[in-house]
Amino acid sequence: MKGLSYLAAALSAVIAGPAAAEWGLNMPKGVTAMTREIYGLHMLIFWICVAIGVVVFGAMIYSLIAHRKSRGVEAAQFHESTSVEIAWTIVPFVILIGMAIPAAGTLIRVEDTSNSDLTVRVTGYQWMWQYEYVDSGVNIYSRLAQDSNAARQLDSGIDPNTVENYLLEVDNRMVVPVDQKVRILLTADDVIHAWWVPELGGKKDAIPGFINEMWFKAEETGVYRGQCSELCGRGHGFMPIVVEVVSQDEFDAWVAENGGDAAGTQTAGAGESASAQETASDAGGESTQVAQADTAGSDAGGGDIPMDTLMSEGEEIYNSQCAACHQADGSGMPAAGFPAMKGSEIATGSLDTHIDRVLNGKGAMPAYKDGMSDRKIAAVITFERNAFGNDTGDAIQPSQIKAKR
Amino acid sequence: MSHAHEAGHDDHHHHGPVTLKDGFFPWIMRWVSTTNHKDLGTLYLIFSLTMLFIGGVMSLIIRAELTGPGIQFVDPDFYNQMITLHALVMIFGGVMPGFVGLANWMVPMMIGASDLALPRVNNWGFWILPFAFAMLLSTLFVNGGGPAAGWTMYPPLVLQSGDSLPLMIFAIHMMGISSITGAINVVVTILNMRAPGMTLLKMPLFVWTWLITAYLLIAAMPVLAGAVTMLLTDRYFGTTFFSATGGGDPVMFQHIFWFFGHPEVYIMILPAFGIVSTIIPTFARKPLFGYDSMVYATASIAFLSFIVWAHHMFTVGMPVAGELFFMFATMLIAVPTGVKVFNWVATMWRGAMTFETPMLFALGFVFLFSLGGFSGLMLAITPADFQYHDTYFVVAHFHYVLVPGAVFSIIAAIYYWIPKWTGVMYNEALGKFHFWWSAVWINVLFFPQHFLGLAGMPRRIPDYATQFTEFNVISSVGAFAFFIGQFVFIYNMIQCMRGAGQKATDRVWEGARGLEWTVASPAPYHTFETPPTIDPREITAVPEKHA
Repeated sequence: MKGLSYLAAALSAVIAGPAAAEWGLNMPKGVTAMTREIYGLHMLIFWICVAIGVVVFGAMIYSLIAHRKSRGVEAAQFHESTSVEIAWTIVPFVILIGMAIPAAGTLIRVEDTSNSDLTVRVTGYQWMWQYEYVDSGVNIYSRLAQDSNAARQLDSGIDPNTVENYLLEVDNRMVVPVDQKVRILLTADDVIHAWWVPELGGKKDAIPGFINEMWFKAEETGVYRGQCSELCGRGHGFMPIVVEVVSQDEFDAWVAENGGDAAGTQTAGAGESASAQETASDAGGESTQVAQADTAGSDAGGGDIPMDTLMSEGEEIYNSQCAACHQADGSGMPAAGFPAMKGSEIATGSLDTHIDRVLNGKGAMPAYKDGMSDRKIAAVITFERNAFGNDTGDAIQPSQIKAKR
Repeated sequence: MSHAHEAGHDDHHHHGPVTLKDGFFPWIMRWVSTTNHKDLGTLYLIFSLTMLFIGGVMSLIIRAELTGPGIQFVDPDFYNQMITLHALVMIFGGVMPGFVGLANWMVPMMIGASDLALPRVNNWGFWILPFAFAMLLSTLFVNGGGPAAGWTMYPPLVLQSGDSLPLMIFAIHMMGISSITGAINVVVTILNMRAPGMTLLKMPLFVWTWLITAYLLIAAMPVLAGAVTMLLTDRYFGTTFFSATGGGDPVMFQHIFWFFGHPEVYIMILPAFGIVSTIIPTFARKPLFGYDSMVYATASIAFLSFIVWAHHMFTVGMPVAGELFFMFATMLIAVPTGVKVFNWVATMWRGAMTFETPMLFALGFVFLFSLGGFSGLMLAITPADFQYHDTYFVVAHFHYVLVPGAVFSIIAAIYYWIPKWTGVMYNEALGKFHFWWSAVWINVLFFPQHFLGLAGMPRRIPDYATQFTEFNVISSVGAFAFFIGQFVFIYNMIQCMRGAGQKATDRVWEGARGLEWTVASPAPYHTFETPPTIDPREITAVPEKHA
């Protein structure tokens, strides 16, 4: 029924003219030399098609008007002309060659991933993205933002128009420096996905068992948005890609903040990151604080973390990482194969099984052992075992997780 | 020549088919056991229209869901089932049987044969289909729902299906058997049963395009059968053809699938070329321009269709050399396709045209199919395809070639030949209304999807960012309006089948030529039981040597 109101809105927009709405008509020019080149090719082939269309349809329309029986014309009986047929075989062929040459040049440049400044390994999951910065060790997971996720549920009662960047915002953005050639190594963990940010250039498939390469070199800072573009199941429409292009200094600060090593040495078990400080408010909310708390608490063990702290940190993680499938109230989506947390065998039964499931995953449930610190896993398991009326009273400590790794 | 047939026509009531007057059960059994090409043509066409209706309802569910951002009516998984089944039903249930039905009716009559060469195989080929589609559609009610991985069935996603997977695979096997038997029948008939004097280069172009299509079917359908069988063994028998963890390759499925899939595209359009090449000369009252080059262009397109498959998968990560090859080969298809369009325009040029409904749909085809051809040319440019791929631009492209392309041609063919089939003229005013209504709304439906795709909307998503709202709403309005208009067509055709309307002459159209117009209207149950002597004026082809 919401449809009817949109219909009314669209009709009024049509009447009010283009100014009333955002009417995206054409491919964006983008912010890289490559996207501008592709845009140029796109417009070139478009105008060639328009020109051919004008000639062919023009002749056809003239004929439809002039050569109709109602005007009393006698039908001619010619039915062959070898020279004309050779001409209209050769002329299109020549036009195509003229088109193929610049296209081949661009293609070869698009596929040249050499001499990159930065490499990010991007992994697609049902339904989120993982970004591992090979040079600095930063490792983040990026999911649909909470407000979009809440609004997208059937009968959510939330008007998507009130959600900023509906379906095109994530909790943790991919951050890259401006004017640097970023090489992306693409793969997937479960099914095929495709990584695409229109303003940074073409898409590429993320295929389990394969590593694909692509690159971009953004020339303007800003936030660029895209989506998974290969059907990957129920949540295919809900795994956006948001890339934030920042200055080199800001990028270095972001790397340091997210447990990365700017010098390029690998940091094992780097904590899950939050967004850049300045974007935290509209993206993940308090996630920055979580990250700091994580660093402060570290994985060293130390004294026991109090239950309250574990619960509040755990709730935060649960809402950003788990609630998309298991739901904010822990009821899951059993029909779609996502079990409930509330009163479940795992969340109220054996602790070992519970830890194992979070660390190693099962089926559609991703493994978190590489992407989440001991402390975070401890917090989220504590939350799951005590929220939703589960009330097991277990306060899990990071050391218990470390022992299971 | 015609005496024998008129005599046959007079005997119609004594030796003709069982009718409803002879009792309900005998009447049903007549249709179940019929080996008559005209009966089976009718069954195929009714089946095709039924499937177009079912697939159309699915598309309305899709368009209803897309009337605004946010999830409106259906679960995302059910949405995925709808896009998957919509495609399978429309392609294998709507368009392909539609063309097979037309081939059944017209190929024997056009070449002066009494029936298809293998009538029992023909019966079997048809009656597999209702069971295949009953099985396919029954998946909506099994555990896990219908197939939801898209009609392209890419692993590993498709292997996550519930119990629908084996049912879908067996349904595809059955459809494939049906298509292959039909294709073999067409080939054998055309090569062996032409009337004396009907040499290959005198055949009507519809017969030529179907001969080539039949070879495409025979070559392509077993490849699809192989691909889905490998999915089946991957799922149930422990093989790992498409799983990297077992040494397999998920991309190999895409190569195999599109090696079938691209010829499949031409299976759905070559007969349409034949139909348009038949209708335009009739209403332009002028012979088809460049008959020989039309035949050669059709054959070239068929050949090229086997060496361009990877343009469906430019983003899969191919070597640059491969991408270059498939880009050039794909662009090359524009040449023979262009020749066809130019020939149609040259056929109209200095003709004496009238615009009855079949002509209107054929002209609509030439305009709108060409638009789909232009977007196809754009998609061939690999670097640009990196931006277009898997967006609504692609959706707009293939719907332009399939709906105002293939489906319009089937509608045109039905209007063109139904007076011959039923002996009754359809209502011309309603036919014209049907055309203009369809031509307007099909563009409202699909044209805005070009803009959506260019602006960045991926295909196969049940929900979208708010900036895509306006064009989606317009597209949905077009979908519902287009669908409603088709009932005018159904009413018009039912009136013909009931015999209500003006009696058709044997020739039906002033400019019509060909053997089918030399028999009575309605066409007797059996035609050309003895081969006709061909009057040269009925040869639609005019190669230079016969001019």
